[in-house]
Amino acid sequence: MAASVKSLQGLQHQFGNPAYQLEVLQQPIQNGTHFPDFAEKLLAHGLYPLKPTGTTILQVNLGKMCNQVCRHCHVDAGPDRKEMMSRETMQLCLDALLLAPQITTIDITGGAPEMNQHFRWFVEELSKLNRQVIVRCNLTIILANKKYHDLPQFFKTHNAQVVSSLPYFSASRTDAQRGEGVFEKSVKALQMLNKAGYGMAGTGLTLDLVYNPSGAFLPGSQKSLEGEFKRRLRSSYGIEFNNLYCITNLPISRYLDYLVESGNFESYMEKLVTAFNPAAAANAMCRNTISVGWDGYLYDCDFNQMLALNVEHSVSQHIRDFDLTSLDNRSIVLNQHCYGCTAGSGSSCGGETLK
Amino acid sequence: MEKSSYYNPADLSKFGNITELQPELGKKFFDYYGEVFKEGALTEREKALIALAVSHAVQCPYCIDAYTSDCLQKGANENQMMEAVHVAAAIKGGAALVHGVQMMNKIKELTM
Repeated sequence: MAASVKSLQGLQHQFGNPAYQLEVLQQPIQNGTHFPDFAEKLLAHGLYPLKPTGTTILQVNLGKMCNQVCRHCHVDAGPDRKEMMSRETMQLCLDALLLAPQITTIDITGGAPEMNQHFRWFVEELSKLNRQVIVRCNLTIILANKKYHDLPQFFKTHNAQVVSSLPYFSASRTDAQRGEGVFEKSVKALQMLNKAGYGMAGTGLTLDLVYNPSGAFLPGSQKSLEGEFKRRLRSSYGIEFNNLYCITNLPISRYLDYLVESGNFESYMEKLVTAFNPAAAANAMCRNTISVGWDGYLYDCDFNQMLALNVEHSVSQHIRDFDLTSLDNRSIVLNQHCYGCTAGSGSSCGGETLK
Repeated sequence: MEKSSYYNPADLSKFGNITELQPELGKKFFDYYGEVFKEGALTEREKALIALAVSHAVQCPYCIDAYTSDCLQKGANENQMMEAVHVAAAIKGGAALVHGVQMMNKIKELTM
């Protein structure tokens, strides 16, 4: 099936509505039973309520606009999404970071964050704070317009770590997930990043890739897949990179739509529930991360953000009221999609959580 | 219980239940099974591809479901998977054809 060029929200599709997604996640399955409640699962393993272990990462979502419309996108991003973080909200993030030296990593995501007109200013200001800055770059944005061609050099100037999605080392499976022609453009962009020194030994410039399964299956071993990706990308395209992060697709937004439409929803949820691993739950990324939405509201993770599940009401809700002490004592908001982060070796924006 | 087919996809997830009637042997089998599929001289992906080929040779629908999914999960691609099935087909076909020699021997024995 050809990928749509519009977001679910743009199509006024029911899966563009977070409340409907939560309803589907909680509805009974075909035999009339329910999947075990995620919170009860944690309770049974002594992990409920799930509490932060200390926030060290601020993940900032600069907006939902993107040059791609990927079939699995949990953000429902696309060219038709207009939600973008303002410079004022970015300044509030910078102010919050000054008061929170324990946050050592700022993880910039989107959409395509580079499409936000204040992106470069924000990265420049962040680089002055002497913290680790990660930019989640979708690769094709580098080739999308002449004004983005110098992004590798810009990232290098500000010593940003680049994390990019590449679901497979062949065009067919990459394009099936991310859109026609994405693989070819991604290869060119990776070669440009390599040319700038990214992923190359001795440069200190880190280029990590993200693997999401292109279908209704779980990711395999990160170590094994990393070896295969390195071998294939090097021999076929001369591409080098540092680490591969395996990320499980969470059953929300466009991926949930895909699961339901393809008749895979129940079997996929069953795979996630069967693979529940309490050790992975103990290492979940929501325990050391706070996610900031384009409008400044705070969430336990980027997935909760897309489901409009704000941090619990008793703590600061917006970056302007950022209070890390109270946030670090909050109870993390859970729902059935959380099974995606606790299956097998665990899954986070940094890949497997069990090393 | 209504039964519409000898093969029910839902039974695959109940495979572990075979230990209910013979726990000791069942456990030994699953321990062995788990060890066999661990990375060794062969990678987990190579073992999954072998298992996929054997699944076709023994024509086990449960195994085909399980190892198609496992091969995808372990990063095998469609070409590798279909080549594995062709290996199974070649051996199955070859195994039939090589008996043609036996037939030819018998023909020689029985005819003038």
